[in-house]
Amino acid sequence: MSTSLSSCSSRSRSASVQPGSPSAASARHWNSSASSPTSPTSSRSAVNSPWRVVGLEIHAQIYASTKLFSSSQVCFSSPPNSSVSFFDAALPGTLPVLNRRCVEAAVMTGLALGCTINKRSLFDRKHYFYADLPAGYQITQQRLPIAVGGRLSYSHLVGRKRNQVVDKNVRIKQIQLEQDSGKSLHDSYRSQTLIDLNRAGVGLMELVLEPDMSCGEEAAAAVRELQLILQALGTCQGNMSEGQLRVDANVSVHRPGEPLGVRTEVKNINSARFLARAIDYELQRQMAVVEGGGTVLNETRAFDFKSGQTVPMRDKEGLQDYRFMPEPNLPPLILYERETVPAHTDPRQVVLVDQLQEQLPELPRVTRDRLVTTYGILPEHSFTLVNEDGLVDYFVGVVQQTRAEPKKVIGWVLNDLLGLLKQQCLTVSQSPVSPNALAELLDLLEAGSISSPAAKLVLQELWKGSGKSAKHIVEEQGLGLMRDRSEIQQVCRRVIDSHPDEVEYPSPNVLNKLIGQVRKQTKGRADPQLVRAILEEELSRPPFHGETT
Amino acid sequence: MVSPGQRQRHLDLGTGGGRGCEGASSGAVCLCLCRCPRPCGGGRVSPTELCTRCLEQVKRTGFLNAFVTVTEEQALRQASEAERRFLEGRSLTASPLTHRDRSPPPGKPRGPLDGIPFSVKDNFCTENIETTCASHMLKGYFPPYTATVVQKLLDQGAVLIGKTNLDEFAMGAGSTDGVFGPVRNPWSYSAQYRERPGVDPRSDWVITGGSSGGSAAAVASLGSFLALGSDSGGSTRNPGALCGLVALKPTYGLLSRHGLIPLVNSMDVPGILVRSADDAATALGVLRGLDVRDSTTIPPPAAPPHLPDDIDIARIRVGIPKEYHAPGLSAETLCQWGRVADLLERGGASVEQVSLPHTQHSIVCYHVLCTAEVASNMARFDGLQYGHRSEVNDSTEALYAATCHEGFNDVVRRRILAGNYFLLKRNYERYFMKAQKVRRLIAQDFARVFRDGVDVLLTPTTLGDAVRYCDFIQEDNRTRSAQEDVFTQPVNMAGLPAVTVPTALSSRGLPISLQLIGRASHDWQLLGVAKWLEQRLEFPAIQLPQDVSQAEREAGVPGRVRTSVL
Repeated sequence: MSTSLSSCSSRSRSASVQPGSPSAASARHWNSSASSPTSPTSSRSAVNSPWRVVGLEIHAQIYASTKLFSSSQVCFSSPPNSSVSFFDAALPGTLPVLNRRCVEAAVMTGLALGCTINKRSLFDRKHYFYADLPAGYQITQQRLPIAVGGRLSYSHLVGRKRNQVVDKNVRIKQIQLEQDSGKSLHDSYRSQTLIDLNRAGVGLMELVLEPDMSCGEEAAAAVRELQLILQALGTCQGNMSEGQLRVDANVSVHRPGEPLGVRTEVKNINSARFLARAIDYELQRQMAVVEGGGTVLNETRAFDFKSGQTVPMRDKEGLQDYRFMPEPNLPPLILYERETVPAHTDPRQVVLVDQLQEQLPELPRVTRDRLVTTYGILPEHSFTLVNEDGLVDYFVGVVQQTRAEPKKVIGWVLNDLLGLLKQQCLTVSQSPVSPNALAELLDLLEAGSISSPAAKLVLQELWKGSGKSAKHIVEEQGLGLMRDRSEIQQVCRRVIDSHPDEVEYPSPNVLNKLIGQVRKQTKGRADPQLVRAILEEELSRPPFHGETT
Repeated sequence: MVSPGQRQRHLDLGTGGGRGCEGASSGAVCLCLCRCPRPCGGGRVSPTELCTRCLEQVKRTGFLNAFVTVTEEQALRQASEAERRFLEGRSLTASPLTHRDRSPPPGKPRGPLDGIPFSVKDNFCTENIETTCASHMLKGYFPPYTATVVQKLLDQGAVLIGKTNLDEFAMGAGSTDGVFGPVRNPWSYSAQYRERPGVDPRSDWVITGGSSGGSAAAVASLGSFLALGSDSGGSTRNPGALCGLVALKPTYGLLSRHGLIPLVNSMDVPGILVRSADDAATALGVLRGLDVRDSTTIPPPAAPPHLPDDIDIARIRVGIPKEYHAPGLSAETLCQWGRVADLLERGGASVEQVSLPHTQHSIVCYHVLCTAEVASNMARFDGLQYGHRSEVNDSTEALYAATCHEGFNDVVRRRILAGNYFLLKRNYERYFMKAQKVRRLIAQDFARVFRDGVDVLLTPTTLGDAVRYCDFIQEDNRTRSAQEDVFTQPVNMAGLPAVTVPTALSSRGLPISLQLIGRASHDWQLLGVAKWLEQRLEFPAIQLPQDVSQAEREAGVPGRVRTSVL
């Protein structure tokens, strides 16, 4: 057994890592979106050692109003079997008719990921018997998929403060169009299986990511970035918990210099966080197997989020022969460019690749770079902005309407606004405070009309959604900045008088303490610079000059 | 464009005179639905009368077992609607309508097929009319939609008489392997056949060929003017030929397959069974066209509304493929082949021998491709959504297995098994891929011949005339399919149009037919040549007795003639 193998294995087994290990330091990174870093155990085990290999198969439900080959509606959570066409139910004699929107979505996704778009692609039948697969086969693109050979660039934040951006790439093998299956509900009490075909035939893009990742966190970061790209493109809503984005992980371990080990496929993962945990668990498990002299079985395993473990599923993979066959009812899918489209072709019947290329929206990576260079915000802040749907627009909206510096705006948006949104589980679009209103508030702050603490009170008030403007609230509640020297002086003196001990025997931070008291008594309205100046002045007076003597 | 006056002529169907009427002592209507080249004798027949006569004929010939379902009520209703249109249309100064008018106003006849009785092979879906594929699997299955080609006929006002018998799921070449029993060839009861010495029609009845035998029998026995079949390897042409009909397998994609329960998707086409080339052209004109529900349909070529009466074949180059001199070809068929080739030559066409070297591999290649697609297509019959469901419910897998076992006959099950074998990963290259390559070579054979200037190919349709049922069943379905499809099947590989034309009666008094194969989308040219031949061959009409004796009927397999519940 090689040195590296034994040392790594013992590390993973003991789940502790030498503090000084450089690889361990570089491994302390978290998914940029993860609200809580994964447990020390899993993050430490996810060491970037060269022999952990993770590939992904991602099924992204295409955001389209109708299914891939039929005109039935696509709708999450509609009543069972309410959106099933004759074709979806595989009634004999029905034929598939390709949904143009799904083709466009796959092409856009391929272009955004730098894939080569195949101008000619083919459909195949993949056979297996399952109750929620009414035709007995799935139409997919096994031989010649619509897009091949792309690259997903993703970044994640590492370091103690999660402020170091590390850039990574994973190669995309291919993107293929295929049908989703229906859903089976097993009622073990009545020993029945109930079938819901609403999902049967919904368009999927299967994205195959090459095994270029080496730990759960990397996979999770890659998936998160893909999610953002798909959402930016509008080709998939990307909600993992609703099954719009389903990720299977192919995990293997092997010794350096040796070929890839036997892989297992981990399924049943419905969040990026669980993806990281499932992969890291599986890597550890496989290393323990190899370490123990055993062999890893080529099997499908399910992630149990309660125990955090992967467990073997009834293995279909090994026995299954999918008996692929060309789909005879669909001619080859031909894509064109403006130049190559044949004359007299119905424009509704063709998909133009160059046209879609021009229509591609700004991708998240570009957005982040733009935010950093345009507004001078920190890279890690650009991640937070982009990760939250609609937050970039919100931020830009505020910046454009306020005199306050973007660097100040970002704090208000990320800490105050986002904090409130998260607290109440709201999306940005549901925010009771419009960018306009926040901009007005920040203008008041910038103009020195209110203090920062008062501004926070105004924000709370705005949040209630009374429709009053920030200015109105400030006036109504008398939150305007106290600038009258004598008025502040009076408050300061009252504070000093009520704290004789502190004044008598001053500690180093007595000034801050008193400032705090003054802020409290003035509800934060007093001009902080003035308060500080007055207090300093008052405290520096000789004690016997006081009127109390 | 057809003027209302012309249209009226379509229904000027006499009960005597004209082609095919000599033996119509039964009083059954027996004319083609086409624009008659010669003036029709006799009186006019109203749609209702036409329909009633066809229904009566269907009942009289029930022992043929041609029908699985007779849609009498619906037929009479449709006929009376057609009749109303004709009556109202007469009082209107109607503006000319074209064939393609989709929804003409209710008060006008809809076109050349308005009021014309037709039948449909029971593997085309018909809304609320049982569609069985002659299988236990689909007994009691009432589809919720209608196949495009059937709908097009209904939209034209044609009157659906019923659904016709076939080999189970169209797998066969005899129409003997369906769950409703074999179809009998109407010629078995014709004067031409039964009046030969030593023929006992009770036991010596002959098969129709298949798998669209019910459709062929329905038209040949004068129970319908037009029938739809399906053709994947010859299933329309083979029974068409044995029943003395004009049977067209159109260019692949010219007619929609939507609603046709598939056998081999990449080869299936709806077929047209009629009594004349003109009828075939009329039907083709109505049925062709792009269908948004079938992505394999092609834009139809420009075509005349009907075939000219005066056809010049002087510029036509006819190819005689030497490979079609197959073992087992009957002397009489060979003789007809020569006779017709001479006829064409004398008519001014240039006739030459050509070579289609890969023809011999077609059948085995078809076997692989067909069974593979069958295996795939049949996977949906799991008993869950529709069709037969076994009582066995120990597990989903057990349910599947029992359902398929109970639902399909041996032929279907064997093809499923073979197809799945060919599709296995380890066999795919060796069988399926190889078969696809051979398929391409076969298609290239045809392409080369046509590129060299040949317009049509003349070949036999079948090895000989119809075989007695008792002889036919001596061999199994697989052997029979391989034998019977030998001349028809390569055309399906290439997606080309082909039509079979009856040329003469054999010494047994049964039809012998020849096949014309044309360039893709040159279906009308093909029918033009067919019509030219038809005009000169003078193939005799079937002479069916007024009524077939009780004894013959009793000997028959009980016909499953029912009226569908609507």
